[in-house]
Amino acid sequence: MTATPVPAKKSGGIRDLGRMFGGSNSGLRQFGILGALVLIILIFQVLTGGKTLEPGNVINIVRANTYVLILAIGMVMVIVAGHIDLSVGAVAAFSNIVTVTILKAIDSNWTVTGGGEVTKGVLMSILAIVIAVAIGAVVGAWQGYWVAYVGVPAFIVTLAGMLIFRGLNQFVGHSTPQTVPNYLGYIGGGYIPDFPPYLPFSNGTVLLGLIAAIAVIWNELRLRRRQRSMGAEMAPQWVSIVKIVLLVLVIAYATYLFGTGRPGTSFPIPGIILGILVLVYSFVTNNTVTGRHIYSVGGNWHAAELSGVNIRRTNFFVMMNMSVLAALAGVVFVSRSLATGPGDGTGWELDAIAAVFIGGAAVSGGIGTVIGSIIGGLVIAVLNNGLQLMSVSSDQVQIIKGLVLLIAVALDVVSKRSGGRSLISRFRRPGADLAAGPADRPDVPPAGNSAEASSRPKSTVPNP
Amino acid sequence: MVSSAPAILEMRGITKRFPGVIALDNVTLKVQTGEIHAICGENGAGKSTLMKVLSGVYPFGTYEGDIVYNGETVEFSGIKQSEAAGVVIIHQELALIPELSITENIFLGNEPRLRGRKSGPIDWRAAHEGAKALLERVGLQDDPDTKIKSIGVGKQQLVEIAKALNKNVKLLILDEPTAALNEGDSQHLLGLLRDLKTRGITSIMISHKLNEIEAIADSITIIRDGHAIETLDVSDGSVDEDRIIRGMVGRVLENRFPEHDGSSIGDVFFEVRDWTVRHPLVADRLVAKHSNFVVRRGEVVGFAGLMGAGRTELAMSIFGQSYGTKISGSIVMDGQEIQIRNVQDAIKHGIAYVSEDRKALGLNLLDDIKTSVVSAKLDKVASKRIGSIDIYKEHAVSDDYRKSLRIKTPTVDEGVNKLSGGNQQKVVLAKWMFTDPRLLILDEPTRGIDVGAKTEIYQIIRQLAENGAGVVLISSELPELLGVADRIYTIFEGSITDELPVTRATPETLMRSMTSNRKKDVA
Repeated sequence: MTATPVPAKKSGGIRDLGRMFGGSNSGLRQFGILGALVLIILIFQVLTGGKTLEPGNVINIVRANTYVLILAIGMVMVIVAGHIDLSVGAVAAFSNIVTVTILKAIDSNWTVTGGGEVTKGVLMSILAIVIAVAIGAVVGAWQGYWVAYVGVPAFIVTLAGMLIFRGLNQFVGHSTPQTVPNYLGYIGGGYIPDFPPYLPFSNGTVLLGLIAAIAVIWNELRLRRRQRSMGAEMAPQWVSIVKIVLLVLVIAYATYLFGTGRPGTSFPIPGIILGILVLVYSFVTNNTVTGRHIYSVGGNWHAAELSGVNIRRTNFFVMMNMSVLAALAGVVFVSRSLATGPGDGTGWELDAIAAVFIGGAAVSGGIGTVIGSIIGGLVIAVLNNGLQLMSVSSDQVQIIKGLVLLIAVALDVVSKRSGGRSLISRFRRPGADLAAGPADRPDVPPAGNSAEASSRPKSTVPNP
Repeated sequence: MVSSAPAILEMRGITKRFPGVIALDNVTLKVQTGEIHAICGENGAGKSTLMKVLSGVYPFGTYEGDIVYNGETVEFSGIKQSEAAGVVIIHQELALIPELSITENIFLGNEPRLRGRKSGPIDWRAAHEGAKALLERVGLQDDPDTKIKSIGVGKQQLVEIAKALNKNVKLLILDEPTAALNEGDSQHLLGLLRDLKTRGITSIMISHKLNEIEAIADSITIIRDGHAIETLDVSDGSVDEDRIIRGMVGRVLENRFPEHDGSSIGDVFFEVRDWTVRHPLVADRLVAKHSNFVVRRGEVVGFAGLMGAGRTELAMSIFGQSYGTKISGSIVMDGQEIQIRNVQDAIKHGIAYVSEDRKALGLNLLDDIKTSVVSAKLDKVASKRIGSIDIYKEHAVSDDYRKSLRIKTPTVDEGVNKLSGGNQQKVVLAKWMFTDPRLLILDEPTRGIDVGAKTEIYQIIRQLAENGAGVVLISSELPELLGVADRIYTIFEGSITDELPVTRATPETLMRSMTSNRKKDVA
């Protein structure tokens, strides 16, 4: 999975490595989570006697977890903006059943012969994605409307959405499982195709690895050139070299893992889809005005509103985007299992939310990154996989996962107690986190006095 | 001094320090039994701090000095203890729970239990009867089962007093009790205080409304800059509003304001006409009443008014209607009426507003300096097509502000929550200067920051004006207004009561227009 190209870094140096996770405050924390992921992988590698990092298993982890990671991308944006989305599983299920119903209707009216099969399969796959995204957009617009323009807390809107779309799934699909045309399997179950000359490894994966390595090197060079021309502070040359060498080694190892699996397998297509999404959404959250607005709304929506941020539009966007990604995750999932039914997407929201919080997001909003959430999702994925390899029963797996989530966030809370807002302060009365001890609450000079404090603007768009 | 009665309270040599500030410096306060004692002073003089020391909000050990209450030295470690001794403070922001009934609020934390036991189920019958009796004492006819949220602020204030009476109050402290009340409710409340006085309850009252103080108080202690300046005895008839004002403002003006002679002032470019704003929750309360004012290019216009006079509300309602409802009136810029429906519109028209509460409204404390600086005008550092932010440009422009405003930090990558108040305020100023404002509204820009940083901010303000921007400066500190502004408006209870060029303004004249509604016709 590490073959997923690493997003652009802003400058070199150990301290700046943390910055590849975006926000300056949360960077180091997520650096720590990456360390935890590596540690967990190594531990399971030992406990399973080397089975964890076998090519087949690594490929399997990516294929089996892409949908959760796609959800985590949308969920982190929702949580950064200060909301939550409980409906993603139901939305995915609803989108699935509608997409499959439409596709089957087209399928039965479209007969092809011979070589037309492949063309049809590709077209149908693209169509499936387009339909799912469209359904996700409509559903997301519905939920976004209630959250952003009516001001109903997202918790309630999506709790309702969970019931509504689960119900609609069963209504449309008559609560019966349905099979999915085989050729759809490529989206969620396919691999990068191999091409001649046929060697003992997958050429496609090697090509992908090469592209990733070149991208990493080119990116670093471009960065240094840019810094030089701007006269900005630069990391010493050796730091850049060490960084490039490290990343290229990681890419090479990943290429080896994905390229030498059982014949016919290589880097999975869902991994490519995920990689593209991670790149796009990292860019959106880190480097665009939209991304800034999401962080500012979650960090302090009063200040954001007074800085000219259109809060409603931002809230609408994150909610709608989440449903679109949920629908996409649904397609990827269905395409791999080649069946859809009333049980699709059960519990997905919880997996996605857990990934985001293990990935360092703050319950109170404003903090969190796409990369961090992907790492958080991988922590859960590796944990699941490793425990299964060790034949731990599913009841125990659940207990362990729950404890990991609890401990990850607890560590976060404890480490944050000195500074930022934490999980705990959320459950105290508002503003209590300022009062480290009542004695040193400096209300003077001029006491944050009350007539004017109580007449503070009450916005029409309450962020829950 | 009413020296015949024994003192119920003597606070001797109280000193209270906060990091970097001495809020109270050797303050002595003596309150006679059975009197109504008023405490006056400008915003930030230290009145509320003194009362918090007295009531144990700042527990014993966090201040220096002695408190002698009823002849004994007391060491309150918290509000529970002071209340047990009969000292009850009623804060300006009422501590009532809107969703609970009057009865439930009165007995909150002090619920009567069945069969008079210490624990167990609540004896609602006793509570109900008790509440009824208490409400009678404060002259409130409402059903004790009414929810707090469905009675007005005036009645809520009375419920607070009933709650205090339930605690066997001997010394009642009221912080700005009438600030949010209308005339009738205020009169009723003052009447109640007189009534309590006849029953032997001593009151300490902090108030900005000098006419009320003059009418009700037996003696007045004036606090200025953390010092108790004097205690006036009202009974001998020599005290009037002017006398109190002189005590409140009489201070030496230091030479810490930049020179200005008005040469930068140009033509009127911004005009507000007949501006009326309603309170967002209480629709019949006008927070700005038919206000008219103008701003010229290169001019610093001061707005003087006491806490709650409606200065912030006026400013925010102009800044993209971010406060209030049913706003009426018009805004004219460069001779043309403009529509400002939201903050985006305001920024587009070159209006900037630096909030009085930089932590809650001015900054996202999770941000670093550079993201804060560009946050109100991201378009300037983003590509037009896809809105991708140029992080190098962002770094460069914020670093320019870091240098020119002398923000004390090694790098603009630092989080704003790590900065001192003064430097945070400079970041907020930079944020709004980055929007290229033509009209910059500064709401208490020097609140809570040290003297050195204040002087620097005054210079920045003057500099902005010299460069042709119009500046509106809202401040509670009269010396600041007199030192920086070219022209000053005074506001009292939502109305603009006076307009003076700074050459004609004195602290006394301003304070007079800030504390009474002698409405004049102003331009």
